[in-house]
Amino acid sequence: MGVTRVDVSIWRGDAAGGEMVTYSVPVREGMVVLDAVLWIQTNMAPDLAVRWNCKAAKCGSCSAEIDGFPRLMCKSPVSDYGERLSVRPMRTFPVIRDLVTDVSWNYEVNRRVPPFTPSREDAESQEPWRLRQEDVDRVAEFRKCIECFLCQNVCHVLRDHDRKDAFWGPRTMIRVAGLEMHPRDTLDRRALLKGEAGVGMCNITKCCTEVCPEHIHITDNAIIPLKERVVDEFYDPLLRVLRLLGVRRKG
Amino acid sequence: MADAGLATVDADVLVIGAGGAGMRGAIAAAGAGARVLVVCKSLLGKAHTVMAEGGMAAALGNVAHLDSWEAHFADTMKGGKLLNSWRMALIHAREAPERVLELERWGAVFDRTATGEIHQRPFGAHTYPRLAHIGDRTGLELIRSLQDRMVHTEGVDVHMEVTVAGLLTRDGRVVGALAYRRADGALVVYRARAVLLATGGAGRIYRVTSNSWECTGDGTGLAYEVGAQLQDCEMVQFHPTGMVWPPGVRGILVTEGVRGEGGVLRNKDGERFMERYDHERMELSSRDVVARAINAEVLAGRGTPHGGAYLDITHRSADYIRRKLPSMHEQFLKLARVDITKEPMEVAPTIHYFMGGVRVDADTGATTAAGLFAAGEVASGLHGANRLGGNSLSDLLVFGRRAGEAAAAFAADHGPADADAAQVDAVAERLLAPLARPDGESPYQLQGELQDACTRYAPIIRDGPTLREGLEKVLELRERAERCGTGGPVGRAFNPGWHTAQDLRAMLVNAEALFRCALERRESRGAHARSDHPKLDPRLAQVNMVVQRSEGGMVVTQVENEPVPYDLTEVISQSFQRYTPEELS
Repeated sequence: MGVTRVDVSIWRGDAAGGEMVTYSVPVREGMVVLDAVLWIQTNMAPDLAVRWNCKAAKCGSCSAEIDGFPRLMCKSPVSDYGERLSVRPMRTFPVIRDLVTDVSWNYEVNRRVPPFTPSREDAESQEPWRLRQEDVDRVAEFRKCIECFLCQNVCHVLRDHDRKDAFWGPRTMIRVAGLEMHPRDTLDRRALLKGEAGVGMCNITKCCTEVCPEHIHITDNAIIPLKERVVDEFYDPLLRVLRLLGVRRKG
Repeated sequence: MADAGLATVDADVLVIGAGGAGMRGAIAAAGAGARVLVVCKSLLGKAHTVMAEGGMAAALGNVAHLDSWEAHFADTMKGGKLLNSWRMALIHAREAPERVLELERWGAVFDRTATGEIHQRPFGAHTYPRLAHIGDRTGLELIRSLQDRMVHTEGVDVHMEVTVAGLLTRDGRVVGALAYRRADGALVVYRARAVLLATGGAGRIYRVTSNSWECTGDGTGLAYEVGAQLQDCEMVQFHPTGMVWPPGVRGILVTEGVRGEGGVLRNKDGERFMERYDHERMELSSRDVVARAINAEVLAGRGTPHGGAYLDITHRSADYIRRKLPSMHEQFLKLARVDITKEPMEVAPTIHYFMGGVRVDADTGATTAAGLFAAGEVASGLHGANRLGGNSLSDLLVFGRRAGEAAAAFAADHGPADADAAQVDAVAERLLAPLARPDGESPYQLQGELQDACTRYAPIIRDGPTLREGLEKVLELRERAERCGTGGPVGRAFNPGWHTAQDLRAMLVNAEALFRCALERRESRGAHARSDHPKLDPRLAQVNMVVQRSEGGMVVTQVENEPVPYDLTEVISQSFQRYTPEELS
């Protein structure tokens, strides 16, 4: 591997401000950036604040910006970076301390999504449901989401324009997509998508898809189909006539 | 409340922990009419449950129509070497199918059979294919489904990133907890009519573990401190297959689903060695057997270059592997640069699960402390001396629900009560003490030494002298921990050094209980193997090692558990498989 030490610069500070501090870390084979950060915590900076849980890319806790790119620290080998690397907290959310940010907004918008709602018969039936694998596969892609919020972090609407008031972000969109495309869900969330959730704000730059550690095709498979459903519902002239006649359908 | 300076929050039921058991418990308690408050150490949805991969065991009989609750019950009892609470094993086997179907009605999605039913995957020591699953991320599915259900359940509130420092009591009844918020370090008194512990296991007392940051055995520690009984703390499961190489990833779980999907184990000579350890069940033997087999191969010089065994699934098509084991594929590719569709994985045992924990009533999860309930990994009884894969997720749902309902019923019968003021002060003082010792010993140092001690002195094969050394080391660490600091900085806001000092308390209780119980159980049974007592001792077949706090410290007593009723003995022997040759030798 060649490199035996790596210089890790970490943003240290809180809401009032902070600075980059560099630590020299011994490298061992297979080390990921989270290992380096935890080594610093144990040996040099015991109060270095960082969130982590599983260290296996399954919980989505250790999101940060490594050399400017949003990643899970537990999934980023130190050997990808050479002799130095930098770690900063996600920029889109307010800093609490060091690498820890206040991500509570994501939980608030998630809670505003009407939950899974099967039909009354389905909900009360004692008979097991029969579903087709392809229907499961379609929503399973969205349900792989580990809520690391990296997609929220890179979304231009949220990051550069700070329009959390106008768009609920890619994470919330895939959650809605997982519900809307669930074969047994009966709610229609299109008005919500068009209105409060702001699916129209997305201008399809696909940055969210690019940073997703679960490789979910957020834009292509979730956001674009949701946009199409909204268009069908609100801008299709034929459906408009049907609606006037009192005919409704779920997309 | 004597200390007017502390914020107080009231609830009927306080749930500590937001993994599968905590969330299922919260939903159940709220459904029974209680106002529920859930506190969790991390963000919501990050609990260790998300790491469960293989599936949820339930005798739905979708793949093997012969399956039945009787077969599931028998497998669970035999897997646990009959040390299980038969009543818990019975309830679990009978109720697991309904809990899985209910989860589906709440929005969870599972892989399907050709006819559209929930698909079930074979797993170690389950007679029939029994694990409802979705790829290899079933735990995430369970967490997310419960999370979405819970946040939309009327009467449930969640406080994230709150760490409980101590339970509060009044006249012997648990009436709340003192906790602190990580974001600003503020102390909060939670006043509750009943408390449900759902804090998981203590895998982090070991160096090499599949367990996440949170698994520091908090509930076991909290319960012990208020005098509740613990049991069978020597029963620690080594999962046979953790990652071995590179060192940075050592211990990360490789799902049993790999073997469920046909993966085979080989030693460095290419021999499929399970043939010699369990000819009948091979790779799908119980976890204790497979873990010891890999250990034995390595000790005999037949291990892989990094001290493990090869796990090979390459005979399956690349497409199949990517579909059924997507996260394993990704994990090895990214972290070990190994493409599991083309090369074998290198695996070795890793600490995975604590069968021991808080002693509970089978039907209600009531602990021996009034007003205190427990469910999930923190509770003990269902799994006996060895847990079967897949029985944990169903455990969370079955007993989370029961404990939640029982806690709500207890809360309905008991008014709120203030804790003794002196007790609140004492817990607060203890919690804040490390902040007043900037020169105190580093908690990270102590935690590291504890992990090394458990790894070294309570390994997969144990013996009396080694265990005794381990116990002495733990007692020494306990004394040092009484005087430890935060590692230096003494700010309260999100200070992980301070938090680690707090974690140490429970970790030390778990470790001490582990060594004391392991010394007391002078036999080999399930996960507990002693080279100085290599055989099963029939007299200990139904004896729990019960741990309790006393004036003089921790005491372990042998307590006979309730014998299995005759008709259920029949059920167990119906399809009884003999112990493996290794265990009888």
